[in-house]
Formats: sequence, C-alpha cells, structure tokens
Amino acid sequence: MNLAIRCRNLRKTYDDRVEALRGLDLEIRVGECFGLLGPNGAGKTTTIEILEGLLAPTSGEVEVLGRTWDTHSRELREMLGISLQETRLNEKLTVRETLELFASFYRYPRPPLQVMEEMALTEKSDAWVEKLSGGQRQRLAVATALVADPQILFLDEPTTGLDPQSRRQLWEIVRQFQRRGGTVLLTTHYMDEAERLCDRIAIVDHGVMIASGTPAELIEKLGGHRMVEFTTAGGEFAADSWSSLPGVEAVHQGNGTVVLSVRRLHETVPALLAALESRGSDLLHLTTRDASLEDVFVRLTGRRLRED
Amino acid sequence: MANIDTEHEIAMPPVKPGPLPAVRRENGRWAGYWHLLIAGFRGLMREPEVVFWVFIFPILLALGLGLAFPNRPVGSSRVAIVSGSGAQRALDLLKPSSAKGLVRAEVLSAQDAWNRFRLGKYDLVVTPHADRSFEYRYDPARNESLLARAAVEDAMQTAAGRKDPLSTSAHVSSEPGARYIDFLIPGLLGMNLMASGLWGIGYALVEMRQRKLLKRYAATPMRRGDFLFALASGRLLLALLQLLLLLGFGVLAFHMRILGSWISIFLIGTLGAFSFGALGLLTASRAQKAESVSGIINVVMMPMWIMSGVFFSYEHFPAVMQPFIKALPLTAFNDALRAIVLEGASLAAQQVRLLILCLWGGLSFFLAVRWFRWT
Repeated sequence: MNLAIRCRNLRKTYDDRVEALRGLDLEIRVGECFGLLGPNGAGKTTTIEILEGLLAPTSGEVEVLGRTWDTHSRELREMLGISLQETRLNEKLTVRETLELFASFYRYPRPPLQVMEEMALTEKSDAWVEKLSGGQRQRLAVATALVADPQILFLDEPTTGLDPQSRRQLWEIVRQFQRRGGTVLLTTHYMDEAERLCDRIAIVDHGVMIASGTPAELIEKLGGHRMVEFTTAGGEFAADSWSSLPGVEAVHQGNGTVVLSVRRLHETVPALLAALESRGSDLLHLTTRDASLEDVFVRLTGRRLRED
Repeated sequence: MANIDTEHEIAMPPVKPGPLPAVRRENGRWAGYWHLLIAGFRGLMREPEVVFWVFIFPILLALGLGLAFPNRPVGSSRVAIVSGSGAQRALDLLKPSSAKGLVRAEVLSAQDAWNRFRLGKYDLVVTPHADRSFEYRYDPARNESLLARAAVEDAMQTAAGRKDPLSTSAHVSSEPGARYIDFLIPGLLGMNLMASGLWGIGYALVEMRQRKLLKRYAATPMRRGDFLFALASGRLLLALLQLLLLLGFGVLAFHMRILGSWISIFLIGTLGAFSFGALGLLTASRAQKAESVSGIINVVMMPMWIMSGVFFSYEHFPAVMQPFIKALPLTAFNDALRAIVLEGASLAAQQVRLLILCLWGGLSFFLAVRWFRWT
C-alpha cells in the first residue's frame, strides 16, 4: 500500500515547557482524505505544520511522499499545496494577480484561470482581495494551494467561520481534488465535516492520538450504534442505575441530560420507561438517534468537542 | 493504527493527480522574482497613503520650509518707536532707510512696544528721550535684533549728517547653493530614504509576518532570497525615483544648482537605500506584532531625525557628541550627499562617510539574515 505521509513518535515541546505533541503516529494513504479531529489546542495545527515542513519536530520521524524535509525540502514544496489557518493574503491584489503570483513560485503550476474557474472565483477575477467575502477568501486560500498542482493538499481548519453554503462548496472542492487522485489532510473541529468528508480520521487530544479509523469503525468501537437521550424532573441519579438496564453499553450524564449508548433500542427503551415509572420520576424529554463522532469523542474524553 | 497493513512501501504515486492541462506551463528561474516585484509595486501604488508619504509629503515639506525661511534681504528690520515728543523725529531720520525697505518702523505706546518686542514681533525698540537722545533696547542673543540695532544706528546717524571718514562700496551677492533650501533638500532626501527603508521594509515585513503571509510564502517553493531581493530592489527603484523627484523639484522651484555628477548622486542614493533597507530588515527580523516594530522604528529614527542635520546643522550640538553624531548613517548620508550636490565633491573624497554607510548596511544585513524568522 502506498503511503503519502507517515510519521512516527512525533513530539513537539515549545520553550521547553508546553508539550504540544506527545508521541503521535500517523499513516495517511495515497488518495484518501484524512481528517485530524480534536478540540482547540489538541495539537492539530502543530502536527500539520510539522508535516508541511514549516515547523521542526522536537523529535520523531516524518516522511512525506517517501521523502524527508531534511533532504528534499525543495522537491517536497513543489508537490504540496497548503492552506494555513487564517492567512490574510495581500488585500490590494486582485484574485487573479494573487493566483498568478502563487503560480509563479512553482515550476509546473496549473493555469490560474483554470483553477479560478474550478473554485467559482472567475467573476471575482479582478476584485481586490479586501472586497471578498469570508467564503470567497477561503476559496481563494485553497485556490493558492491548488495552483501548485499538488499531490497532497493540506487544509488547516478550512471551514471555520464559514456559512453552511460556503462549507458545502469547499467540501465539493475537496472531493473533486480527491477524485483526480489527490491526497487530502485536513484538520477540523466540526464532527459532521469529518464524518462526511473523510475516509479516515484520527482523533487527537492533548497531543496524543486517542482513536483512529474510518468514521464507521470509530462509531462501531463505541459499542452501541444508537443513542438514547432523556431528561427527568426528579434530578440526577447515579450512572450505575442506568448502566444496569438491558443493552446499555455506556452512560454519560451532563447538564441534567442522560445519554445512553445502546445496542438495540427495542430492548432498552421499554426497560428505561419501566424503570422511570417505578421510581416515580417524570420524563420531560426523550430522543433516540444514531451515534455520531461527537459521541465517540465524549465517550473517549468525557468532554464535548466544542463548548458552545 | 492496527487497521493499516504493516508491510507497506512508501513510494511516489504512479499518476500525478489532475488532468494534464492542454498547454503545460513551465516557470523559469526568475518567474517568482518578477511576480513578487510587480506585486510589490501594485500593492504600493494602490495604497494612497503610501504614495502621499513617499512622494508628496517631502515635496510639501520642502515647499513649506522653503517659503517659511526664504533668504529675506537683511535689513527689513522691524522697529518699534515709543510714542512721545521725539517719535516723529526718529521716524523722519529713518525715512530714507524705510523707503529702501531696510527698516520698517512704527510708533507704539511704551507698554505695547515692550510687549511685542518680547514676543518677537519687533527686533528693536527705540525710545526718544527729552534731551533729544535715543535709547535702543535690543536682545544680543537674537541675530535679527543685533542687525536691527546696527541698521537703525547707521541709518539715523547718516540721516543726521554723519560723514564717514572711509569710503566703501558694496556688492549684493545671493547665490544659490548657500541658501536654507539648498541645505534642506538633501537633508529631506536622506530623511525620506531612512523612513522608507525602515517603514517600507521593516514595518511591511512584520505586518506580513503578523498576517501569516510570510509563512504562507515560505510554504511554497518560492526562493526566500528572491523574496527579500524583490523587496529590496523594489524599494531601491522607489528611492531613486524619490531622489529624482526631490532634486528635480529643488531645481525647478527653487533654482537649486546641482554641482556634483548625477552618477555620484545615484550611487550614493543607492548606497543609502541599501543601508536603511538593511536597517529596516534588522528591525523586522524578529518582531511578531506591527505595534512593537513601530516602536522600535521610532526609537531608531528619532536620534537621527534630531541630530543628523536634516533641518539644521549638527554643529550646534556639543563637541563631545560630534563623533557619535558623525557615526550615524543618516549623518554620513546627508553630509556626503550635500558635499556632492552643493560642493561638487567627488565620491572618492567621501570615502569615510561611504564606509560608515557600508558598515551600517552590511552589519545590519548580516545580522538580519541570521535572525530573520518566516513564521
């Protein structure tokens, strides 16, 4: 199997104090879309910047397309397309001038006009960057990566702060790139984005990887596929009073809501209702849904991915 | 990662992603440099403030100062005559001089005359006494006051019938080259080159670092040397344009005379631009925030603004400070440029000053390249 990126035991310590990465292993295959998922400060950006050759790791090995940054940095730069988190491009250049400028850095760039067309930026061709909307700026940032005609596309939080329509537009661009055989590494703290877009995911927290696999595999590892959420009027009960119910794999409580991950709804829900009845507590709210990556994260860390 | 086959091999993918464009474009060695240079110019010209500070402000400053301190013919001294019995007689005595425009005399009350003299509105107060004598009140620390006293004394004595024992005659000579504007324009040029080196390179780089644009560029195969070279050569072109504009303005508006050779002037301009550009690069090598670098730039520029002889000669400063002042790059630049423009000196005669500029530029550049951070 061909690997696009491999890193082993990656560590990064800032100023001898802050441990941003504490031994991270990654293997990203050619042609897949790989997502690094984690809360803010988990070490996602540090990881991606080390892989992009912008940051030196404190220790550990990195290989990109079979090459290392120490020996082949120039060659590698020609093969990678990078969109950083929040770059503010030159405000006084037009979209077209910006792409022409970035294209000029590569030996064999893609024609900027073609990329502009693909990114739906043609009508903004002569607009100054300062006049662009958030979604257009983000598309331009990705376009500056695509003019490189890269083999690997790195996207650091590409959709943070974008409206739903712009997010979908960017997802489509990523899929298009992938369809042509490109490899994508992206970071995100949106679960739905990772679930829809990524072939495989690594969940990162406090500088280590806590789980990895396809979205389906991760959810499978959770034990139950279905989630039961409910709220009662009678206050909280101890978690083990729910875990003894039939079919319950895990219990998570917070803000008065109890979340059960279960194997089969038809076994658990009647038993739950009976248990509530016998305790005389009023059921205020009850929903069931499919398990998501968010549930995986909560299960693994006991925290939510985004506190909002 | 248990789900990955451990017997993989790492290899280049056999196919390059993306359909091959119809016409394959290949960039040459200098494509990046040219695009950076052109992008730099576009960015500059689309910033109206930059055009103002770089091109218009120095001209306005030269115009303003040139008009405020013209070489006023000496003798239009402003004289207050204290009203009283002798006042009319004083006016009569001064009439021939007033007619020639050498003296402007007015009669005021003692109180007014004294107050306005104190405020600098009059250079001299003449008080007639009852015994038909006159009393002068003047300030020996003020040149105009001394001149006014001498002029009025001379005028009144002559009008009263004094015969000079010695016959003298005088020739008027007010040559371009010795006027304030001639002194000022090279100084303004030096100040302007310093400001555009520090702000145009130093501040601009830190701003780009803060926007993460430097990091974005560093993530491409762009040659980093080309980036700095494009910035430097763009600024150099701008500096030569400023030089042409300011000296041209001096020649056209104030009939300034350029005695030295234009080649020497351009060479020293280039050296100055390099030196201040390197200083700008040094100030920008580490700073992460635009606010912190603007503080540094002001600290670097302030002493040179005051001491390097931009607006007035640094000879006014105490002797102990002179070696320090002469070691500043702006002093060296101003002195060398003035010597070439105003005295027609050759470049070879300026070797000490050129050496000072080279040292500042070379040392700054060396340190800046060692310390420079792209992220």
